[in-house]
Amino acid sequence: MSTKLGMKHFWPFFWKLANPKVFMRWSGLCLPWIIALTVLCLGTGLIWGFFLTPDDARQGSTVKIIYLHVPSAFIAINGYFVMVLGSLFWLVRRQHVSVLVAKASAPIGMTMTVIALTTGAIWGQPIWGTYWVWDPRLTSFLILFLFYIGYVALWAAIDDQDKVADLTSVLALVGAVFAILSRYAVIFWNQGLHQGTTVTIADGVSQKNISSIFFQPLLLSMIGFGLLFLTLLLIGARTEIRAQRLQVLEGLERLK
Amino acid sequence: MIQLFTRDVVLSVRSGGGFGLALVFFLILVVLMPFALGPDQSVLAKIAPGLLWLGALLACLLSSDRIFGMDYEDGTLELLATSPLPLESVYLAKAAAHWFTTGLPLSLAAPVFGILLNLNLEVGGVLCLSLLLGTPALSLIGSFGATLTLGVRRGGLLLSLLVLPLYIPTLIFGALTVNAAALGKELDGSLIPILAITLGAIAILPFFSAMALRANLQ
Repeated sequence: MSTKLGMKHFWPFFWKLANPKVFMRWSGLCLPWIIALTVLCLGTGLIWGFFLTPDDARQGSTVKIIYLHVPSAFIAINGYFVMVLGSLFWLVRRQHVSVLVAKASAPIGMTMTVIALTTGAIWGQPIWGTYWVWDPRLTSFLILFLFYIGYVALWAAIDDQDKVADLTSVLALVGAVFAILSRYAVIFWNQGLHQGTTVTIADGVSQKNISSIFFQPLLLSMIGFGLLFLTLLLIGARTEIRAQRLQVLEGLERLK
Repeated sequence: MIQLFTRDVVLSVRSGGGFGLALVFFLILVVLMPFALGPDQSVLAKIAPGLLWLGALLACLLSSDRIFGMDYEDGTLELLATSPLPLESVYLAKAAAHWFTTGLPLSLAAPVFGILLNLNLEVGGVLCLSLLLGTPALSLIGSFGATLTLGVRRGGLLLSLLVLPLYIPTLIFGALTVNAAALGKELDGSLIPILAITLGAIAILPFFSAMALRANLQ
């Protein structure tokens, strides 16, 4: 009951954020706090993970790369999700803030994909004996990276803001369908070497295939990465909104 | 819609457009491959199914920026947009014409080119079948990409950047089928995913492409 009541207040507020003015005010108010929280969570999580946990019995200290690898992979996928949602909201409701959030999400997600792939490769060399294998998970991450590149490249190619917003949104939606399709096609194509999911949430209870000594700092750095994503997303979206305002002002100036 | 289809087919056959070009590109790729990998018959037979699928895919991609490009530049597309024909149908007719002039001849020629790569005719038949079912999806996806990059000057490179990731599932299932056939396995149902992708593309891409066309023609 209480969650329902919460939702009743949340959605009207959420849609109000689509007004650039409201968005700028609220994001400006929240941003310092979110930045502080990010630094706190990420700093504690990483320091705890890197220096205050024991080495793994078989993997030695290479295991510690997990504190970067898992959270960045987590954000890489959810960044695409945010991009698709923002695009969908733009196509349905025509509110600029949502498409600009989608636009801001893409480079962050793309960077996270690179981080996940690189840390994975660095970890894979001593443990699997190779930097790269064509394992389904690795392959689908590389494909995800290609989809991010396509989306960012299309934004860069066209000047007309409304037009490019429409086109990239269409691309993001179709891309999502094909990205999911590729994910499952790749499983058919090759059996994997990558281990199962580290953290899964089933029935509201997190099930973990990892000892809690490693899990607690991991959870903290995942939250930290989530907050980092939010921070960068807000900064990115604010920059885009300001850039658009600037463009409008310049246009007005030229008319005079 | 049928008129638009025939017009596009006739145009591409007569004006030295995609028709022969894609086929010749495919042939050249097949000829170059033994030079790169050596003339060993067993190696060639091993890579032939995947290579022929990849070649067909690239040949399809190569001609897909012409699907809408010329009509956009000379204003035909705007006339089509104001005609009673919905843009979804315009897209479908154009994609069908593209398939008819590239996908279909490529599929039929692939077993013949397969002989050059030491692929036996039985597997060639499977290859032909899988291409016949899969190339419509390639044409549809290519046309979709073409609607996205209409307004971009020299959008060819961008087009391939956008379209190639979308080709991945079709390529995986296509090459998987032919590779399995080359190893002497039964077909039982491995053509179904390819057909599913094609039918899915027919079902959803017209609407998204029409959206993209509308955004471009505003």
